[in-house]
Amino acid sequence: MSIIRIENLCKKFESKKVLDMVNLRMNKGEAFLILGRSGAGKTVLLKTIIGLLKPDSGRIFIENADITHLTRKRLDKIRLKFGLVFQNSALFDFLTIEENVGFALYQHSNLTKKQIASAVKSALEMVALANIEKLYPHELSGGMRKRVAIARAVIYRPKIIIYDEPTTGIDPISVDKIVSLIKDLHQRLSITTLVVTHDLNVGLAIAQRCAFLLQGRIIFDGTKEDLKTIKDERVIQFINGTSTGPIKEMEV
Amino acid sequence: MSFIKGIEFLFRYTGRLGIFVKDIFYFLFTHKRTFRSVSKEITFVGVDSLFLVTLISFFIGVIVAFQTAYQLKKFSSEIYIAALVALSITRELGPVLTALIVAARSGASITAGIGAMKISEQIDALESFAVNPVDYLVVPKFVGFLFSLPLLTIYADFLGILGGYAVGATKFSIPFNFYFSMTFDALKYKDVGTGLLKSFCFAAIIASVSCFEGLRPLSSSDVAKVVTQSVVKSFFLIIVFDCILTALFYFVFV
Repeated sequence: MSIIRIENLCKKFESKKVLDMVNLRMNKGEAFLILGRSGAGKTVLLKTIIGLLKPDSGRIFIENADITHLTRKRLDKIRLKFGLVFQNSALFDFLTIEENVGFALYQHSNLTKKQIASAVKSALEMVALANIEKLYPHELSGGMRKRVAIARAVIYRPKIIIYDEPTTGIDPISVDKIVSLIKDLHQRLSITTLVVTHDLNVGLAIAQRCAFLLQGRIIFDGTKEDLKTIKDERVIQFINGTSTGPIKEMEV
Repeated sequence: MSFIKGIEFLFRYTGRLGIFVKDIFYFLFTHKRTFRSVSKEITFVGVDSLFLVTLISFFIGVIVAFQTAYQLKKFSSEIYIAALVALSITRELGPVLTALIVAARSGASITAGIGAMKISEQIDALESFAVNPVDYLVVPKFVGFLFSLPLLTIYADFLGILGGYAVGATKFSIPFNFYFSMTFDALKYKDVGTGLLKSFCFAAIIASVSCFEGLRPLSSSDVAKVVTQSVVKSFFLIIVFDCILTALFYFVFV
């Protein structure tokens, strides 16, 4: 059963086509990967999926409900099915870590402060952090901030968790920790996981199926094994990471 | 061609600002908010501006007293500086200068703060948690402004009059009782009242414009631009609305 279904999605900014007839299908419980170069339209695709951006045409279904033309109130309900980990963590810098991680609960639940505090504590334990509740985001390192952002996204048990470039700007050792954390959370909570990245190694370590986005088009969609036998020169160039090939620098 | 584009831009901008203000009022009356979120903004807009407002309004009182004395000397009726200072401060200078100070100080900082949040995807993060940024960020600031600016204006009026008295007492040796009875003879409720009405209007202008501009930037280089725009537009709108309101009050409260 597909949890996210995208049909013929198009999005333009001014005259530039960012998404061009994108079709995708994500199954419930799987870990899906969207690969692509910087500027290929990955983040725009994500923001369109959760309704932060409105598509020009095409439709998006979340659990078979069309979310493309919903009112703000209905969309808010859909959004709580998603947990989003942003590229730069996007922690609220005027709130403490506890208020950040518990943000969704403070806003949308009737739990008492004590209950939220204990929920925050266990969410932080899940990402292997402790005793940082009273600190502010700027007091943490990049890797820690990323883990706090993950805790913030999983605390209310969303059905789908989305990672936007989860390892950008983090040192290699932290990258490894984050990757195993994402894998671990996917297995333990069995949430549908969607990872968007340009880092092939990170992506393939996490995901079972993947799609390749180039200039707003999906040029490959299949399992990891399909990727090994692929004939498409453009995908091969991306996998090998060479600057010569069908994808030219100008095409960004 | 560029002239037509300019007109088009003007209409589009005011239209968007109008929709934004409509959203503010929608959330203001339909959603609950905590006392804490509003009190934080009141502290930021009101209490933190207190020192600056104290200094500037006192000095403005001194300046107005000297400038009016310069004219009144010709009729050797310097005693009337009390009335003139009181009227010009409460009717005009108090509300407008306080609004300009707060627009430059708090308005600019709000624009920069929200702009930085927009760049670092915190605004998107809010929306992804099904929290509307206008409801969560803008409305508390709006209420904070609406509450603090009139209070600051009363305070500025008071200090301006004190500044006038400082000149009256030292240069013209007017006794305290006499100075203040002259002041209160001249002042009517409508003088203070119209000043306060103006400051409510200015508070709404500063809050809307500074938040609206803050939510606009698309890249980090835009932040500096929108902060400038926010202050320029606030100043411009404050003066325009001051002109409109002054003319209106002139005909309404004769």
